[in-house]
Amino acid sequence: MLATDIEREIHSFVLTNFLFGQSVDLQPDDSLLGRGLIDSTGVLELVDFLEERYEIKVEDEEVIPNNLDSVRNVAAYVAKKLSCVV
Amino acid sequence: MQVEQFLENSARQFPDKIALTCGEERLTYRQIEERANQLAHALIAAGVERGDRVVTVLPNSIESVLAIFATLKAGAVFVVLNPTTKADKLTYILNNCRASAMITRGGRFSSQPESWTDRPHLRSVFMLGASETQSASLQAAGKKMIPLEQLGQEPIQPPTKKCIDIDLAALIYTSGSTGRPKGVMVTHLNIVSAATSITTYLESTADDVVINTLPLAFDYGLYQLLMTFKVGGTLVLHDSFAFPTVVIEKIIQEGVTGFPIVPTVSALLLQMDLSKYKFPKLRYITNTAAALPVEHIRKLRSLFPQAKLYSMYGLTECKRVSYLPPEQLDIRPSSVGKGMPNEEVYVVDENGNRVAPGVVGELVIRGANVMKGYWELPEETDRCLKPGPPPGEKVLYSGDLFRADEEGYLYFVGRKDDIIKTRGEKVSPREVEDVLYALEGIAEAAVIGVPDPILGSAIKAVLTLHPGAQITKQDVLRHCAAKLEDFMRPKIVEFRASLPKTESGKISKRLIADEHRETADVAPIA
Repeated sequence: MLATDIEREIHSFVLTNFLFGQSVDLQPDDSLLGRGLIDSTGVLELVDFLEERYEIKVEDEEVIPNNLDSVRNVAAYVAKKLSCVV
Repeated sequence: MQVEQFLENSARQFPDKIALTCGEERLTYRQIEERANQLAHALIAAGVERGDRVVTVLPNSIESVLAIFATLKAGAVFVVLNPTTKADKLTYILNNCRASAMITRGGRFSSQPESWTDRPHLRSVFMLGASETQSASLQAAGKKMIPLEQLGQEPIQPPTKKCIDIDLAALIYTSGSTGRPKGVMVTHLNIVSAATSITTYLESTADDVVINTLPLAFDYGLYQLLMTFKVGGTLVLHDSFAFPTVVIEKIIQEGVTGFPIVPTVSALLLQMDLSKYKFPKLRYITNTAAALPVEHIRKLRSLFPQAKLYSMYGLTECKRVSYLPPEQLDIRPSSVGKGMPNEEVYVVDENGNRVAPGVVGELVIRGANVMKGYWELPEETDRCLKPGPPPGEKVLYSGDLFRADEEGYLYFVGRKDDIIKTRGEKVSPREVEDVLYALEGIAEAAVIGVPDPILGSAIKAVLTLHPGAQITKQDVLRHCAAKLEDFMRPKIVEFRASLPKTESGKISKRLIADEHRETADVAPIA
């Protein structure tokens, strides 16, 4: 799977699940927490989605802003976990 | 004593001690005192007068701390709102308290009112990182725009004091059963009294390092700041508990001694494997907002064996009501304890007479921590501040049903109204229903709280539609996301052909809740 495909999927997941399809400008580097799109339960939902969709195990210590706080970070994290070309 | 003196006294006593850390920034008491004084002078220069309201809309940050103390130093009343506050609510609150100044951040996602015009009382806006467009639109509306970054020329000495301790220090907006937020009026004396009682039973000292992940708009978060500064400790200010590992590592790195939590934080902590961490410095954990399940208490104590665990209960209207001394936790784990030092609490019947142990009644609070009332809502104020035993005194009727045991320890039974506690925050079903009714196609809406292992209560919306209306769950959630802060949005949406009614034809939330209980499969958290 290509990193760009992952980024597109994550973007779409965030739009559907945290913005509920509102027409809002969401840039790949926007902080999801800073924009008030996710809270602690939102992070749990995101982790559930990643584990199910990409069949990866998200470890407790990987639940950090560098991995999960923007669409781009999430995509890069998933790509790394899947060891595909970024 | 006045609240800003918490900072001023500590700045005198511990000028070079780290008072506040936030992200990579570390500020001493002297630095905060001087910067808060500069902002206070700028507020006064912008026309803020004694008793004026200053609304702050910032994430947990150095600036949010400066804003609170600067407002007090200027003799004004601080009103702290969540940075995710939606435009219509922000507009309502700016108008409701007739704020004369606002302190906020600029940028793409700043929370701003629907328009800057039509607010004649609002004269100036202090903005961090304002864009050119934002500055221009403020100026076009006749508002003074002052960049928060440019206060370096203001004096670093405190402005002359104008207040006395019965002056208002803060309005803390809380959900009202009418659906509109109401401002809890809190005086300097109220805050000083509550902070003194709480730091007394927590045995807080200048050696304490307290971590705060809760919003400063939430009184439990706000008091972590106020109380830490009162005793001259160090506050580790963090923006949320969304990334628990980051918080855990901060606790260890900073040598945190005090960790305030709500049940949602406890549920998240217990999902993690914390066995590899050690917390040698952690002296206490406090919990409030809703009772911790007894199972959580047991597990938290085994995870943090050296930390004292305080179960507490509170209301914004008096800050804190009660705490359970940690040594009582094994004896009565489901109790929220007794009144704080310098406060009296008791249970009364419908006529206001004290009831015997074991009898359920409404909890009443007496103390200097009890608020002055709701801002410009005399009828709502009279419903909860009622004449007390001594002539002329008003006591606080909590709206919460309790019973006390033979030794006076309190047990929460339920709310008298239908306010929902979710993620530690109060949500008025009416406020959510009003938003739902504004979505075209919705005929009836009933909002209830249903048990949730992480949130305490999750918000459930049960809806019927007008004939022919085509509305999906996604439509409802999208509409709510645009109108409500995140904690107020329904987590569960259910459509029905009809809603159960009472004999008088009103929607029966009790029946809806009963039906939910019968069908729900609520798994307890492992």
